[in-house]
Amino acid sequence: MTQPTTLYQKIWDAHVVERRDDGTCLIYIDRHLIHEVTSPQAFEGLRIAGRKVRRPDLTLAVPDHNLPTTARRDAAGNRIPIADPEGAGQLAALERNAPEFGIRYFGDADPEQGIVHVVGPEQGFTLPGTTLVCGDSHTAAHGALGALAFGIGTSEVEHVLATQTLLLKQSKTMEVRVDGELGPGVTAKDLILEVIRRIGTAGGTGHVIEYRGSAFRDLSIEGRLTVSNMSIEGGARAGLFAPDEKTFAYLKGRPMAPQGAAWDAAVAYWKTLVTDEGAVFDTSVVFDASEVVPNVTWGTSPEDVVPITGVVPAPESFADPSKQAAAKAALDYMGLTVGQRMEDVPVEHIFIGSCTNSRIEDLRAAAAVLKGRKIAGTIRQALVVPGSGLVKRQAEAEGLDRIFTESGFEWREPGCSMCLGMNPDRVPAGERCASTSNRNFMGRQGPGARTHLVSPAMAAAAAITGHLTDVRELVGETA
Amino acid sequence: MEPLKTVEGRAYPLGTKNVDTDMVIAAKWLKTISRVGLGKGAFEALRADPDNVFDDPTYAGSPILIAGDNFGCGSSREHAAWALIDMGVRVVIAPSFSDIFASNAFKNGILTVAVPQEAVDRLMEVAKTDPIHVDLEAQSVTTPFQDRFSFEIDPFRKSCLLGGLDEVGLTLGNTSGIEQYEQKRAADQPWLVPAVA
Repeated sequence: MTQPTTLYQKIWDAHVVERRDDGTCLIYIDRHLIHEVTSPQAFEGLRIAGRKVRRPDLTLAVPDHNLPTTARRDAAGNRIPIADPEGAGQLAALERNAPEFGIRYFGDADPEQGIVHVVGPEQGFTLPGTTLVCGDSHTAAHGALGALAFGIGTSEVEHVLATQTLLLKQSKTMEVRVDGELGPGVTAKDLILEVIRRIGTAGGTGHVIEYRGSAFRDLSIEGRLTVSNMSIEGGARAGLFAPDEKTFAYLKGRPMAPQGAAWDAAVAYWKTLVTDEGAVFDTSVVFDASEVVPNVTWGTSPEDVVPITGVVPAPESFADPSKQAAAKAALDYMGLTVGQRMEDVPVEHIFIGSCTNSRIEDLRAAAAVLKGRKIAGTIRQALVVPGSGLVKRQAEAEGLDRIFTESGFEWREPGCSMCLGMNPDRVPAGERCASTSNRNFMGRQGPGARTHLVSPAMAAAAAITGHLTDVRELVGETA
Repeated sequence: MEPLKTVEGRAYPLGTKNVDTDMVIAAKWLKTISRVGLGKGAFEALRADPDNVFDDPTYAGSPILIAGDNFGCGSSREHAAWALIDMGVRVVIAPSFSDIFASNAFKNGILTVAVPQEAVDRLMEVAKTDPIHVDLEAQSVTTPFQDRFSFEIDPFRKSCLLGGLDEVGLTLGNTSGIEQYEQKRAADQPWLVPAVA
């Protein structure tokens, strides 16, 4: 007990069911989120083997990836059919599997429905110190609340459903420490893009990242969710924030969070979930918050980050020959020229949404920029897709929906939407999108689509001007 | 998973080297919601050839597949193993296998038998007229003509296949540890069970 330990180590140790000679551990899983894309074969496996879900009470199912973000019920309350038969098939399978195996399910038109990584925290299903998994790599998001959360494959989904455990080897630990204050107009998204720019998309491979220092501590829970969500873009399967008073305040009163005496006992335990003074990390990355500016991606990897005030880099500026080749291919795909000012890059599409940036605070930040303004005439489509039905209601109660629609945005139903080309929301080939999502891979938003990752405020600024824009100048003009 | 002790029957004499998982099951079959039914998409490109072994009635329903070096290379898709199981194949015999395919095959109850090229050549010949017998316990492949080829297998994988234990089954084979853990957690941290709204 005298040895100082990391937060990660504490959560790991608390979940070891069995330790094997080769170091593999059977780890207990406290929370399992299910969506329609990676679960059908897992449920089928259970059915074939005649197995049950061990702990349906620790499992929650929500459809998100395939759901169209247009209306889901007609005026008479009947379901509007989904055109894509394969997507519809996956959705129907989840709707059937959840009740068959006794799992709580939020349906496509329930107010609680939303992106699985927005729903978990919002419902208080995600709790500090728990292990949480989902068949989706952005499960890392839940680390914002101090949960050890990571994505798994279909075979592992089946393993968790049947046994509530996983066979795992311990990860290495990485500390990302940022002290100081973020400047005006600089957000959590800019901060995590800066981290990924510095460590690269493989920098965190084999590690769990703990975000430390005042810049991370000062973030709201929504901001922390944005940061932890993109741990995977830095190669880390999971990210962690030590739970604090903000975490407790966020969770208190949520539908699935502990209540009364149980709440007090939980908080007492959660307060022990900190990295001890003197604990050692395998890797450490440190910089100052004053070095972070509004960022934007120029290429087809989340590490291809430049300040909005910067220019498209030359492939030769990278030391690594394979990165040079990748940069050349990226510039070709993106239709950009070396030295071009990022602020001169025109965009035709705006997407505000995804498990990275679709929470109420994200919508407020975008609406604050858009209020009283119109989007540029050259914008073909501007979408706002709230992360859940509850976020949507809250935004409507605050009048944000009217700010969006009056400026020219479309106000949609919750889902993964344009983050990935699995539902009708796509960017056409060769066209360009300022997007608050997490991946700028080739074809991610649709075949041939060109993605620039930005914060919600920056997406709103680009919508107004029709090109990538430094939100600080735009807001400054009228301030 | 069905236990696998001995497998006897006709064998598809494919023989091809570097059969990649795209050849086993093409990308367009990956959007399915089931691991069952992929057999009809298996080896789709090869089956465009009217003389392919898979549509030859002589070999219909064979539980064994014989192939060349490096079987299962390429994409990590678990669908390749699902497709083989669905078409009724329980054993693949080849000089070598890709690591990922071998692991996926094992997870799905398929035995991968690696024997030297000469043995594969002989088995290809026998397969055209007669059945082949695979005995996992004895780690041998035999023919009605007194051929006998032995093969190596990881002891852990062998016991899993013999017992019909997949990884889920293995973990379920020792649930007392999980139960004890759950009881302790329920006592120490009862708030971990979500409130039902």
